[in-house]
Amino acid sequence: MILEKTIFILIIFSITLLIATYLTYFERKVAAFLQDRLGPDRAGPFGILQPLADAGKMFFKEDFIPAESVKLLFILGPGIAMFTACMTGAVIPWGDQLQLFGRTIDLQIADVDIGILYVVGFVSIGVYGIMIGGWSSNNKYSLFGAIRASSQMISYELAMGLSLIAIVMLTGSLSVREIVEQQAGVWNVFYQPLGFLIFFICALAECNRAPFDLPECETELIGGYHTEYSSMKLGFFLFAEYINMFISAAVIATVYFGGYHFPFMHSLGLSENVVSILGILVLFLKIFLFIFIFMWIRWTLPRFRYDQLMHLGWKILIPLAILNMMGTGGFILLSN
Amino acid sequence: MASLTNRSKVVVNKKMTFWERLYLPAIFGGMAITLKHFFRKSNTVRYPEVKRPFSPVYRGLHVLKRDENGAERCTACGLCAVACPAEAITMEAEERKKDEKHLYREEKYAAVYEINMLRCIFCGLCEEACPKEAIFLTDRLVPSELEREDFIYGKDKLVELLDQRIDVSKRQVKTY
Repeated sequence: MILEKTIFILIIFSITLLIATYLTYFERKVAAFLQDRLGPDRAGPFGILQPLADAGKMFFKEDFIPAESVKLLFILGPGIAMFTACMTGAVIPWGDQLQLFGRTIDLQIADVDIGILYVVGFVSIGVYGIMIGGWSSNNKYSLFGAIRASSQMISYELAMGLSLIAIVMLTGSLSVREIVEQQAGVWNVFYQPLGFLIFFICALAECNRAPFDLPECETELIGGYHTEYSSMKLGFFLFAEYINMFISAAVIATVYFGGYHFPFMHSLGLSENVVSILGILVLFLKIFLFIFIFMWIRWTLPRFRYDQLMHLGWKILIPLAILNMMGTGGFILLSN
Repeated sequence: MASLTNRSKVVVNKKMTFWERLYLPAIFGGMAITLKHFFRKSNTVRYPEVKRPFSPVYRGLHVLKRDENGAERCTACGLCAVACPAEAITMEAEERKKDEKHLYREEKYAAVYEINMLRCIFCGLCEEACPKEAIFLTDRLVPSELEREDFIYGKDKLVELLDQRIDVSKRQVKTY
């Protein structure tokens, strides 16, 4: 049983890392295609080895630590960012059950009964990595980036949590598996279109992706919180961003788009295992679709101004989320 | 006053309608535009494999021509060096020996002829100044180097090889 879980954790972990690695390649290709370019095509066929070349470059760069920095925290920052990014995947059900060697295997690392809370919790710890990294660099730009990141994350987490509460009210459970199971018929996005929109915008902001990439802000802050970082520490920060993107796409797919469910999955007359495997593939298809939308948005929209960001977060998204929550409550009350 | 170009626009600071303030329609409009570009053919030229066609009068790396018998045309008169606005050309002249008639066309020749490719602005004035049709600019490119010294091209790189004559007919528009 423990061995089973260990193997499964290892598989999920390596898939997460692999996908995050190739998201860098994917991002550059998508950016290039949206701008009528070709993107990386030199390393291997179609540039497929580009992420390896990038990683190799990162490892061989000089690992510089500023003299006036707080060294322990400086090293801890990227570690925390990476750790929290990897932890969130634990509660996501990657598929239904598999029957292997006479055993039933749950395709989920841990079916925590407060799964959604766990996700929100780890996402909010994620800001510590950025905050600590930016502050310990002892650099104005890094500090500004860190301050922006933390205030942005706190603002958008509220709206995110409020839109998730509406989902929890609908399902009556905090377990992610339970939320997915209840979407076997109709996906949550059809009950909660407004909630989905708010959650999606907040997910963009939580991942620090354009148009909410103020913490990084290449033009104003020279990279923001990771200005002073180099070598694989910088690599960790950038890598954590891509893992976060993958995980938030996975959360959106599971919470709003039915997870591993797909239409007519039980009326096809296939065996349980085949349906499960198809379910995993469908889930990954949904995830990649959302990742593509993330990238599509990034290469379409310019960055928000800081006051616009705060205005959108506090004066628009939070009231809308509260309205959505109250509407859902009223709907549940009436339908009972 | 009438506008000169009729491209000027009157700026109106009108209040946005609710639909415009919603911002989302504009976002979807923008995303539709970028998606259109996603399926458009890319403009990239894969350089080392594919090369863009050069103009017939492209001014690239110089060549010192030989005549039809294989003798160098340059007589080291120094007009190219005088004409050069970037002062990129230097040369040292020498008298031709009796047994060197097959090597140099004129009685005086350039023993040393150097062009500093970092100074050269590829204007083509040397070519225009040359009375002997000895120097031409070609459609070849100056390759990149790591050391500054390597950009000073001597006769070893400038004079065309006997078995690899360089065609400059496209640039020979002058008639004498």
